[in-house]
Amino acid sequence: MASGTHHATEQLDQVIVRFAGDSGDGMQLTGDRFTTSSALMGNDMSTFPDFPAEIRAPAGTLNGVSAFQVHISDHDILTPGDSPNALVAMNPAALKANIDLMAKGTILIVNSDSFEERNLAKAGYAENPLTDGTLGAYTVYEVPMTSITQEVCKEAGVKPRDAERSKNFFALGLVSWLYTRPVDPTLKWINERFSSKPQVAEANTRAFRAGFDFGETAELFESNYEVRPATFEPGEYVQVTGNSALAWGLIAGTRLAGLPLFLGSYPITPASDILHELSRRKEFGIRTFQAEDEIAGIGAALGASFGGSLGVTTTSGPGLDLKSETLGLAINLELPLVVVDVQRGGPSTGLPTKTEQADLLHAMYGRHGEAPLPIIAPQTPSDCFAIAIEAIRIAVKYRTPVIVLSDGYLANGAEPWRLPDLDALETIEPGFASEPNHVDEEGNPSFWPYIRDPQTLARPWAPPGLPGLEHRIGGLEKSDGSGNVSYEGVNHERMVHLRRDKIAGIAADIPLLEVNDETGDAQLLLVSWGSTYAAVAAGVKRIRARGMKAAHAHFRYLNPMPTNTGEVMGRYAQILVPEINLGQLSRILRAEFLVDAKSMSKMQGNPFRVGEIESAITEMLGGKS
Amino acid sequence: MTTTAIPVTTRKDWSSDQEVRWCPGCGDYSILAAVQMLMPELGVRRESTVFLSGIGCAARFPYYMNTYGMHSIHGRAPAIATGLATTRPDLDVWVITGDGDSLSIGGNHLIHALRRNVRVNILMFNNQIYGLTKGQYSPTSEVAKVTKSTPFGSLDTPFNPVSLALGAEASFVARTHDMDRAHMQETFRRAHEHNGAAFVEVLQNCNVFNDGAFEKITGKEVRSNMLIPLVHGHPIVFGVEGEERGVAQRADGGLEIVTVGETGPAGLLVHDEKRDDPGLAFALSRLARGPYEPTPIGVFRAVERPEYGAQMSEQIVQAQEKRGLGDVAALLRSGSSWTVE
Ligand SMILES: Cc1ncc(C[n+]2csc(CCOP(=O)(O)OP(=O)(O)O)c2C)c(N)n1
Ligand code: SF4
Ligand SMILES: [Mg+2]
Repeated sequence: MASGTHHATEQLDQVIVRFAGDSGDGMQLTGDRFTTSSALMGNDMSTFPDFPAEIRAPAGTLNGVSAFQVHISDHDILTPGDSPNALVAMNPAALKANIDLMAKGTILIVNSDSFEERNLAKAGYAENPLTDGTLGAYTVYEVPMTSITQEVCKEAGVKPRDAERSKNFFALGLVSWLYTRPVDPTLKWINERFSSKPQVAEANTRAFRAGFDFGETAELFESNYEVRPATFEPGEYVQVTGNSALAWGLIAGTRLAGLPLFLGSYPITPASDILHELSRRKEFGIRTFQAEDEIAGIGAALGASFGGSLGVTTTSGPGLDLKSETLGLAINLELPLVVVDVQRGGPSTGLPTKTEQADLLHAMYGRHGEAPLPIIAPQTPSDCFAIAIEAIRIAVKYRTPVIVLSDGYLANGAEPWRLPDLDALETIEPGFASEPNHVDEEGNPSFWPYIRDPQTLARPWAPPGLPGLEHRIGGLEKSDGSGNVSYEGVNHERMVHLRRDKIAGIAADIPLLEVNDETGDAQLLLVSWGSTYAAVAAGVKRIRARGMKAAHAHFRYLNPMPTNTGEVMGRYAQILVPEINLGQLSRILRAEFLVDAKSMSKMQGNPFRVGEIESAITEMLGGKS
Repeated sequence: MTTTAIPVTTRKDWSSDQEVRWCPGCGDYSILAAVQMLMPELGVRRESTVFLSGIGCAARFPYYMNTYGMHSIHGRAPAIATGLATTRPDLDVWVITGDGDSLSIGGNHLIHALRRNVRVNILMFNNQIYGLTKGQYSPTSEVAKVTKSTPFGSLDTPFNPVSLALGAEASFVARTHDMDRAHMQETFRRAHEHNGAAFVEVLQNCNVFNDGAFEKITGKEVRSNMLIPLVHGHPIVFGVEGEERGVAQRADGGLEIVTVGETGPAGLLVHDEKRDDPGLAFALSRLARGPYEPTPIGVFRAVERPEYGAQMSEQIVQAQEKRGLGDVAALLRSGSSWTVE
């Protein structure tokens, strides 16, 4: 890189950068590369990709703005951060859509080439904000990114139109300089990724270098910044998104169980990446099946489980609606099945690319009849790995469908993950039936598919293939034991109770609810589940730093809940449950434990900000926020 | 799996201990008998045989077979069968379904299982009525049918199941009927031999809600003049001796029924179930406008096409040859990793 003006380098303990541009500007890629080089430097980080449902809304419009926020730090962080320190805006619409997130005094880096009449009009600016004085409170850097990129690419023989597409790499180069990120990983990545298109690789490389050099030489910037590596526990780390971790967890979990993995799925945002990831990994013996619809996806998965594979189906809210009837069948058949619901904004098509937690009550109660099943939820992107394994363990041990409630934020968000010791993971015993378990009236050995294990209440799993174990199962009510069709009232009630007790009994097989109550005398308990973990944990930390007290309990198991839940809830005078829904967990806690669990609700398509949690706690504790 | 010789069995071995609960006189009984009696002849094992079904009278079938079985939910059996058949190529998977189950609520699953060519034998009992729900019209009921749900007559144009299956890219399509055990068994045997999705329409009498729906073509006295047996490699002829009729192709390409005595045998269409182009099979499926005109039965189409589950397995084998058996530790490091000391 060219060495130019000497700049001072300031130390920061953390920084939040937001990249924003048109959907076609490659902002997700830019943010992702910045994240990777930060992770490789040893920073802790957390990301929040925030993109529209349209693949390419009309260029230059507010609807088409796609953003990627990344939080990097030299210490342990949990969230992608509330308010960015720097915004990269590739066009006027990107500026307009994000300026409200920016506090006074923060940095705006704008592509000044795009601030011309047409784009300003499309973004709804009557005046150019770069010249009308409205941005006076910010440190604004106007950089002609498009023209410089075109200039440096011209020498490589790239046409101006094509060169223009590399301007996101210019922005990446500039921000990499501003935060002293290493350049080599990105250059190496460009060469690998575009190896089949050398011209594109060349253009991107030139644009990236030009951006970096611009920061170094343009004398626009007084200083650049450095965020030192965080102290991590020793180990090997990777950067992982929730969807990848979930796919990998399914692979690892089926390995632990020695079961072939069958995925039946129908594409739907934000769950499709799990289907994509598993489809790439055929060497693990995985069968992936893109079904004709979600009903066929779960149906095929259930058929595979009947045959002795582990059937998995992945979807989002609208798909979960379609799977309801088959879930009821799976509950009656008592076969292992894993259903992953990556929640998004609803009802109906709702907000396909935005996060929400509003499927909890659907997962709990969204089937006709008394149809209980276990529900678990990952708390961070990397936790999706462990949660997938846990779902498989429960499904196999208890012969039941299990719903995993992930969400759009966890699915696409990334964080560093210390790789687990695979050898330390516990194996899962499929425990297939191997012999007759009954004697018929004539004294011959026979097989009864609904004789239960006295401890788990699980029934035998007997895939076709073994002589003497032939049996028929189905959606009609079963006679306790024999599994033959029975319409008898008392038997039905017994079966309803058995199915309920089997699921309720899983509570004895999961960890107790942990409470983080530093001093043990907090009056207020914060309750989180799923992805609200991060904002709540960070909010509680902040409150404590201000000398106040709050306890925190997080649910990874939503059904059944840990056995000490009632006792924990009863211990606190006040309970606050922040959720990205209208209060679904708080409703369950109120109903089950008769406690005054207050709901804190937000449904704007993004996670809670730490500041919001902090204010809510402060208010409940009677202080000023 | 065991490698011992396949034991000799009888119908009794293939019958479960469950009481059969169809209405007395229902056509389903004779289909069940045909299947139970055929199984010992197929050289297959009970423990490797699975009967799957959806919901309907027809769908009770698996309870009566002493094999593995699943009575699932309305219309979804082809989807469930897809998961089972692709993961367990060692099994013989049969789907038993009704006209409502497979052509109404489950229409989507049926056409996709057929086009994918999953190795399942789909026996569709067509009684042109919803039996189990007590007699509403079905997607195969004739127009203007008066039922409880259509007191003024139904408006919907019916599906022709054989045409539908051919249009859905099925590699094996056949039709048989509940009055002829030998024909059913021969047709089911052919379906079983087929490596891929086999679709068999079985004309079935629901004597309670749609009695005599096929009487005009399957009745003992009329049968030989009203059913057109399709025999591969043979001219298509039917009718009692001396009054034979046959199927011929008109100059415009369409099919017509001719009297052999008038045209002579030379102009008759020779049935070719292996024809790649399903056009003629489709035309044959449309020869009768309903079960009151001469209707072809037998195998309309039986062509070789790669089987879905085998191809799925092949992709796994190829991936493993190229990349070795998947290693979870390496998978977790497939992006960039870094080490903190
Ligand atoms: C989801 C759902 N909808 C409706 C029903 C009610 N139902 C049961 S069987 C049936 C129709 C069956 O007709 P068909 O498939 O022709 O079978 P048949 O009884 O004639 O053999 C209906 C509508 C059901 N069981 N499930
Ligand atoms: S209702 Fe019709 S199809 Fe159903 S069992 Fe009775 S006769 Fe058979
Ligand atoms: Mg019917």
